[in-house]
Amino acid sequence: MEWNWDHAFAVLPQLADGLVVTIQATIVASLLAYVLGLGIAILKMSKSKFTRVALYWVTEFVRRTPILVQLYVVFYVLPDFGIFLEAFTCGVIVLGIHFSTYTSEVFRAGIDNVPKGQWEAAKSLNYNPLQTWKNVILPQAIPPMIPPLANYLITMFKETPLLAAITVVELFRAADQYSNSHYTYLEPMTLVGVFFLIVSIPSAMLAMKLEKKFKQAKTA
Amino acid sequence: MNEVIAFYPILIEGTITTIQLTVLGAILALIISFIVGLSRISKFRSVRVIAIIYLEFFRGSSALVQMFFIYFVLPMWGIYFDALTAGVVACGLNVGAYGSEVVRGAILAVGKEQHEASQALNYSVFKKYRYVIIPQAIPIMIPTFGNLLIELLKLTAVASLITISDLTFMAQIIRVQTALTLEPFLLILVIYFIIASVLVKVVDLIAKKFSKGRNIMTAGDK
Repeated sequence: MEWNWDHAFAVLPQLADGLVVTIQATIVASLLAYVLGLGIAILKMSKSKFTRVALYWVTEFVRRTPILVQLYVVFYVLPDFGIFLEAFTCGVIVLGIHFSTYTSEVFRAGIDNVPKGQWEAAKSLNYNPLQTWKNVILPQAIPPMIPPLANYLITMFKETPLLAAITVVELFRAADQYSNSHYTYLEPMTLVGVFFLIVSIPSAMLAMKLEKKFKQAKTA
Repeated sequence: MNEVIAFYPILIEGTITTIQLTVLGAILALIISFIVGLSRISKFRSVRVIAIIYLEFFRGSSALVQMFFIYFVLPMWGIYFDALTAGVVACGLNVGAYGSEVVRGAILAVGKEQHEASQALNYSVFKKYRYVIIPQAIPIMIPTFGNLLIELLKLTAVASLITISDLTFMAQIIRVQTALTLEPFLLILVIYFIIASVLVKVVDLIAKKFSKGRNIMTAGDK
């Protein structure tokens, strides 16, 4: 099978459109994963044992089951209950919820790393919980979390092709559609692979640089 | 729900296929992890470069794309795999890339004095790694390998998209035939959760066994 440049150039505009959808999905899903993850991390510190245990099993359930099946559940089941969402919305919600169980661990580790004295200091200043979190804990906890959170952003980017299974025309499905109508998988699939590498390798390097930077800042 | 239960033969078949994919994929991934992980610390630059290219290629692109490439593109070059083999190869190559980093990290975590001790005993490089370094690195690897095993199990669901009749594929069949949506998918979610939980327990037991008498934290200590 020879590489055919005609196919390669013909598919490029569709791939570019697909890449836009892929990046949109990654950004929205990651924002959801960060917000939910922080919420889960804070709730996991709750005084009620029931909340902690329930939350542990719910997050473990989400973590131990495939994203693809979770996508199918949301995409096929919600309409039966009269909830009609766009495929893109379904995909973003599932990706966001799935990865919030991972980011919550990052947030928890970051919060645990804030020394106990800081909590006591906030208390001695008579801060209410909102002030304590906003002014004392989060500003210290967030910087070391940035590199691992950036890594999850890259992971989410690489999981977006699963959205193709629920009819979202992102990068992968754009290529697949071209393949099916032109009977060639070589050029579209290779280009999709190249697109992914072009985005994820530099991002991974950037994340590694961030990691080094924060490590130095900590020891300095 | 009864309608779904009536499909139990294909659900059992799907469960077996999913377990097959996970086990075979894990064996392949483990072998690749060690080959690539050890290549990363080779003294030959060319070996290290090849290992890094492999790692970046499989870690940088998406698993679904790799699977489609192996199943749909390679046949155009005369390399044919049946769907199950393509699934195992794709899962193994993908997770193997992540595993190689685990192997490399664990080996680098073994103290410098162990290398010096091996040298003092006049061990060859092979003997040093075989008897001194790797046995101490394995307990460090196990908890992370456990996490990767769960990722691998979840990845096998994606193999349903290249026509492998695993659990996810069977759930789709049931959905199409019965027009039920909630029940088949909820049922297989529970099956996946049970398989994953068994794997977590097994890895915990192995980690405990390996860390006996050593001052190493296992996943269970968290």
